[in-house]
Amino acid sequence: MRLRAIILKEFLHIFRDSRTLFLVLLMPVFMIFLYGWAVNLDAKNIQIAVADLDQSPASRYFIDKFAQSKYFQVTQYVTQPDEFEDLFRRYEVRAGITVPADFGKSIGNEFATSVQLIVDGYDGNTAQTVLNYARAIVAQYNTELLPQGFEAPIEVIPRFLYNPSLESGNFIVPGLAAVILMMISALLTSVSIVREKETGTLEQILVTPVHVIETIVGKVIPYVFLAFMDGMLTIGIGVLVFDVQFEGAAWVLLTNTLVYLYSALALGLLISTLASTQQAAMATALMLTLLPSIMLSGFMFPIAGMPLILQVITRLIPATYFLEIIRGVLLKGTGYAELYHNTLILFGIGTLFLLLAIRKFKVRLG
Amino acid sequence: MNAVIEDSNIVVETHDLTRKFGKFVAVDKLNIAVKRGEIFGFLGANGAGKTTAIRMLCGLLEPTSGTGTVAGFDIVKQAERIKSRIGYMSQKFSLYNDLKVEENLEFYGGVYGLDSRALKQHIHETLERMNLQHVRTKMTAELPLGWKQKLALGAALMHNPDIIFLDEATGGVDPVARRDFWDMIHDLAAHGKTIFVTTHYMDEAEYCHKISIMHQSRVLIQGKVGDLKVQTGMKTVEELFKHVVTQGDSA
Ligand SMILES: Nc1ncnc2c1ncn2[C@@H]1O[C@H](COP(=O)(O)OP(=O)(O)OP(=O)(O)O)[C@@H](O)[C@H]1O
Ligand SMILES: [Mg+2]
Repeated sequence: MRLRAIILKEFLHIFRDSRTLFLVLLMPVFMIFLYGWAVNLDAKNIQIAVADLDQSPASRYFIDKFAQSKYFQVTQYVTQPDEFEDLFRRYEVRAGITVPADFGKSIGNEFATSVQLIVDGYDGNTAQTVLNYARAIVAQYNTELLPQGFEAPIEVIPRFLYNPSLESGNFIVPGLAAVILMMISALLTSVSIVREKETGTLEQILVTPVHVIETIVGKVIPYVFLAFMDGMLTIGIGVLVFDVQFEGAAWVLLTNTLVYLYSALALGLLISTLASTQQAAMATALMLTLLPSIMLSGFMFPIAGMPLILQVITRLIPATYFLEIIRGVLLKGTGYAELYHNTLILFGIGTLFLLLAIRKFKVRLG
Repeated sequence: MNAVIEDSNIVVETHDLTRKFGKFVAVDKLNIAVKRGEIFGFLGANGAGKTTAIRMLCGLLEPTSGTGTVAGFDIVKQAERIKSRIGYMSQKFSLYNDLKVEENLEFYGGVYGLDSRALKQHIHETLERMNLQHVRTKMTAELPLGWKQKLALGAALMHNPDIIFLDEATGGVDPVARRDFWDMIHDLAAHGKTIFVTTHYMDEAEYCHKISIMHQSRVLIQGKVGDLKVQTGMKTVEELFKHVVTQGDSA
């Protein structure tokens, strides 16, 4: 009954603040499209490497087509295609083109030939763009050759490193779900609790017989609900609009999402005990959730390519574990057996935050 | 242990109750005794320590030293049991502006554990008593301050507490609404409720049975309003207050 009163009241706050509600529900849509766009718009002067095994006038002319386009910039020449991988790892180039040794001869003899394009598939969206641009350039070159009697003379054979089943949705959607779930829950909980601290209503609740735990649980449940909706919306849009794969079982994803939410809400609670103003809570929540979840979770940059110190930090970020879970479930169909240690770690992190928060909460009263 | 106190009719009692914030002593050895049905007025300038004292009595703040009982329960060890027996109206307006009048009452009734039937009845009675029936579906933010304070009092009374702590409940409220408010306080006292008020308004202190004048963390004088006037030869509480505080400063 007492718990119900708190939950109902919190829902009223949420529904009365229609601007925030609107923003929260619109965020997944907004972010998915923003990401798709931003990555596409930025795809200019993509740095590429070339392995010209032919070294003929024809191959140099072909490579020039790339160098002169506004999309690409040839920054490295290597002698062997297997050097590409090292360049990818150091983020020096995003793609490598291999021109075969018989390229000039084939063209001269009007045989069809192929060039291989190897793309750093980690950033799936850019990778897709790179492939599209490369195909466009080659297609244009092919039309130059057509009058000479060729039918589709050069073919692009793409190969993606790190993310073989390249689909930009598969890359963006799991990452965004991790970011949105974390950010929404930590932000909304901490701000809503600090607001009650600021206005004095929290003191009014604390003087009632309601237990601290009831207060916390009651205030948090509506945000679990909201964040959960947001996460499902992100994944839903991903699956329905962006053709994201969903190989695994829904309940594996649902249960793990709840554990992840637990860690996010506990973080929000902890922030609320530290911040004394709503602005401070908001800033802290964004700082602790948004950037780490995007940059250090393995969403934007592969963890394996990070310096050791950052690799250690990624292990402290809940999104890192959830990203492995959600990518596993969606793209590979992974189940509990492979994921349970991630689930346990998330639960552990959440419990740690929660215990710290409850301790701070009580100290504040004393 | 409870029985002794119940018998003597004392419902709020403290012994050398002290609270420090770091080195600063906000409440210094407070000793008070309030009887059932009394209106006890806590007077004092800004920063005297009134709110700090009330927060200790309500279990919101732990004392640094000293002891106290409220409704027969120890304020440190039995704070949880005190909570259902008291009503508290804090110095800040602490209802939700984005909730409707009746929603605020539903919430406070709910957290005090009223079941839905009791809740309905208490809301009805509260609105009636506070004369707020016609605004029950209005947003609380839209009410004038005096009405908001009445609503806050109503919320603090939803669970029918024995002891009511009102911390500057009439701050900034117009004189007519203040009169209304005090009529209600007297009515409550007449029904056996014990009222503990703090105020800046000296005219309000005249309505109290007992007052305690606090100055720089200490109680300078306390007793029945009439007795104190006779004792000091002052005609009003205002004069009494000035007299006591000047003496306290020069001492
Ligand atoms: N949590 C706190 N930490 C540090 N100092 C505090 C704290 N709460 C109160 N104080 C200090 O204790 C003193 C007494 O404060 P209190 O709020 O009890 O006074 P008051 O009599 O209620 O004043 P007012 O009429 O302004 O409400 C003030 O100097 C205040 O700054
Ligand atoms: Mg005060």
